[in-house]
Amino acid sequence: MSQQAEATAPTATDGSYDGLRLSQLTKQFVGFTAVQDLDLDVPRGSFFALLGPSGCGKTTTLRMVAGLEDPTSGTITLAGQDITKTKPYRRPVNTVFQNYALFPHLDIYENVAFGLRRRKSGEVEKQVDEMLALVELEPQRRKKPAQLSGGQQQRVALARALINKPEVLLLDEPLGALDLKLRRSMQIEIKRIQTEVGLTFVHVTHDQEEAMTMADTVAVMNKGIIEQLGAPTELYENPRSTFVANFLGQSNLIEGTITNRAADLATVDMHGIAVSIPMDRTHTDGDAGWVGIRPEKVLIGEEGAELDAPGNTIPGGVISDVSFVGVSTLYLVRMPWGQELAVFAQNTGRTRIFRVGEKVELSWRPEYAFLLDQAQDAHAGAQESDA
Amino acid sequence: MAEMTRRRGKVGYLLMIPAAVWLALFFVIPFYSLVATSLYDQAGSDFRGWEMTYAFGNYVDALQDYWQPLVRAIVYAAVATLICLVLGYVLAYAIAFKSGRWKTLLLVLVIAPFFTSFLLRTLSWQLILADDGWIVSIFQFLQILGDDGRLLATPFAVITGLAYNFLPFMVLPLFASIDKIDPRLIEASTDLYANPVAGFFKVTWPLSLPGVVSGTLLTFIPAAGDYINAQLLGSTNTRVIGGVIDGQFTDANNSAIAAALSMVLMIIIVAMVFFYVRRAGTEELL
Amino acid sequence: MRWLREHLVLILGLLVLAYTFVPIGVVVLMSFNDPETRNIYRFDGFTLHNWTNFCEAPGMCDSLWLSIRIALLATLVATILGTLAAFALVRHDFAGRSSSNLLIFLPMAAPEIVLGSSLLTLFVQGGFAGQLGFWTIFIAHVMFCLSFVVVTVRSRLAGMNDTLEQAAADLYATPTQTFMRVTFPLVLPGILGAALLSFSLSFDDFIITNLNSGSETTFPMFVWGASRVGVPMQVNVVGTLMFAVSVVIVVAVELNSRRRMKALAVR
Repeated sequence: MSQQAEATAPTATDGSYDGLRLSQLTKQFVGFTAVQDLDLDVPRGSFFALLGPSGCGKTTTLRMVAGLEDPTSGTITLAGQDITKTKPYRRPVNTVFQNYALFPHLDIYENVAFGLRRRKSGEVEKQVDEMLALVELEPQRRKKPAQLSGGQQQRVALARALINKPEVLLLDEPLGALDLKLRRSMQIEIKRIQTEVGLTFVHVTHDQEEAMTMADTVAVMNKGIIEQLGAPTELYENPRSTFVANFLGQSNLIEGTITNRAADLATVDMHGIAVSIPMDRTHTDGDAGWVGIRPEKVLIGEEGAELDAPGNTIPGGVISDVSFVGVSTLYLVRMPWGQELAVFAQNTGRTRIFRVGEKVELSWRPEYAFLLDQAQDAHAGAQESDA
Repeated sequence: MAEMTRRRGKVGYLLMIPAAVWLALFFVIPFYSLVATSLYDQAGSDFRGWEMTYAFGNYVDALQDYWQPLVRAIVYAAVATLICLVLGYVLAYAIAFKSGRWKTLLLVLVIAPFFTSFLLRTLSWQLILADDGWIVSIFQFLQILGDDGRLLATPFAVITGLAYNFLPFMVLPLFASIDKIDPRLIEASTDLYANPVAGFFKVTWPLSLPGVVSGTLLTFIPAAGDYINAQLLGSTNTRVIGGVIDGQFTDANNSAIAAALSMVLMIIIVAMVFFYVRRAGTEELL
Repeated sequence: MRWLREHLVLILGLLVLAYTFVPIGVVVLMSFNDPETRNIYRFDGFTLHNWTNFCEAPGMCDSLWLSIRIALLATLVATILGTLAAFALVRHDFAGRSSSNLLIFLPMAAPEIVLGSSLLTLFVQGGFAGQLGFWTIFIAHVMFCLSFVVVTVRSRLAGMNDTLEQAAADLYATPTQTFMRVTFPLVLPGILGAALLSFSLSFDDFIITNLNSGSETTFPMFVWGASRVGVPMQVNVVGTLMFAVSVVIVVAVELNSRRRMKALAVR
């Protein structure tokens, strides 16, 4: 069976999509549905991130693309070819596993060469040498996996998958076991390699900072479905659901009702105060909504003082907590209607640091606010600190 | 580590079948023939043929004649198991908690002596417990034995032999259980005012119970059926049921009685195991 | 005094361990024995005679050879069947899996005399009373070794992470290739351990063998028979050799794993 023939991706002449396409992909286990009617297009050559909390179905989706899990229904197409039923060892897809899954009884050289040998590729030595040089592990070529550090093992896992030049490289939370500093440097490293090699990477992670730093496109998954898909800035600045608003960074969500919709601006009654929100940033059909504003976008000033630029002004706040974090100060401000709003103020030195109990005014520019459907849970996606 | 997904389908059957068939043929079915043989008319023989009578009377005869070796076997095995428990627990505990990096080596050393022939080891005890040997001399000196007392050909020798030979069967399961105990639990108990003795009885012992149960079973059961120790280290006064069964089969050619005694031994063991496990409250033996 | 208290358990434990080696010491000692009379088992004088005239005692070497042949064959069959069964029980799901688990466990829990008697009654009832010998011994040995092989291989297999096989499939290995290149090499130590265990169980068995051997004599049977009339000292040579071989294997395995550990420390 010519696996080489399958591995070369024909740019399909019938005009079908030349990247990875998931159509109505569903995976049901006994008792619960892990992935529900997923539709996803991953452009060829892009760095794509699947982001979500544990249990949201992202790893299951990845395994279905790798062929290690059979979908209940739906199709997976790669460069125009339907690979839904193809066995994993016949797919031009390779995986970097979460715990690396390096073969303990083979040395680094043989681990990396494994895929090439199975496909009876020529010039094994040359390719392995090149790949080991790329991940800077040349001196370790004859060592066994147990003799390497976590970071080194991670690079071996990457090299072992990359060397086969797959159509799609899948990464299943590969940086989870590394400490912070190492994780950051590996993020840059992997991104650099992807740009150099030009392959399609699909990276699964629960770390939103990681996804936003590395990926061109991010899909946020929750309970088996995709909540929102787009570039990191788009997702962050203009979230369409409370889940996305809370999962990426932090958001203040305040009750409000739409009183007027104009062509490009909506007016919202927020506890008696009128605020405006651009129409393309309102994501609700009804009138009841959550007014969303990110803590770093909220300006804080003394009562009555003229603030930076006219925008939505909300008076009557009282500082209830101050946390000096060095780079910024985190304020919790109790508003007249009882809610505590979070405000990040960068310590530029221009404004003073307020104290607990002081009365303040908040404001923000309308183009930073967004409106979400009030029917959604305001705490969805909020990161809980886990032990 | 994620749960391993098991493959369904025919392959599992095919892989299991050869071993299952072998055991079915040579372990399960023999029990039927054992029962059948035990119910044969005693007057038969391999030559004249056996008449299948439902001679439950065989059991009565067998027990009447041989209840003493039966009781002896059980008593010897029980005492030996107790001794093994004490010695084995000390050894297992020492290896689990006090041996640091020598753990694996020590474990293997526990098993190493038992790769030598069972019979030869037992014969060695003949020498160690010989009338003119050191042990007897010391015991005589300490007045434990009379001046012409012997150790060989007494139940003491038999039990000593049993306790020695079946020690690994006790140590290994005990070790497996004790090794799993988190030493920090014992630390916690001392923090909560428990002295070492209380700490042992309240924390270590209860947590090691599964190992104690498997160890005692794996020691007692074979010891109850053993007759090598009884015959090499004992005398005609220490005959045990295993020797009787063997003798009835080979010398007396009385298969019916032998089979009946085998069945009785097995039933007693099964019953004892059942109540013991119930009492100890642990289901997980494996 | 304090040192004694702290190390009390360890000292006691080592004492127990030393105690287990005493009879072995006797065996080794007696292999150099020059007995005055045949009947009394006692150390009379030192000689190398037993070592140089190994097969002097009539029937001993024949019984030894028989035991070795049976052990080799039984080990081969039991290891193969047992390994297949271990794979089935760990990796596959089929109706009757829990009964199979129980079936495997039971022979380990039955006294040898019961196992031996029931097998004998089977052979007799089946009409093979006149054919007791090599093959009936072989059958019995495979029967009781199977359980030990399954348990040993099973624990090795259960400890293996199956992600490795997924990784192999991800890297273009067909199921056969995955087995040959990943699964089998990793299970092999367990299989070898099981084979070793099986060999020694078979070689050393007496009770079951005695009942089902007909006119054949294995080494343990030879020792048993000889014990009534006076054991030739050469049997202790055999015992010493058995012990020496197992010590060598143990030490070799331990040294090997220590060498690997040392290599790990080098970064």
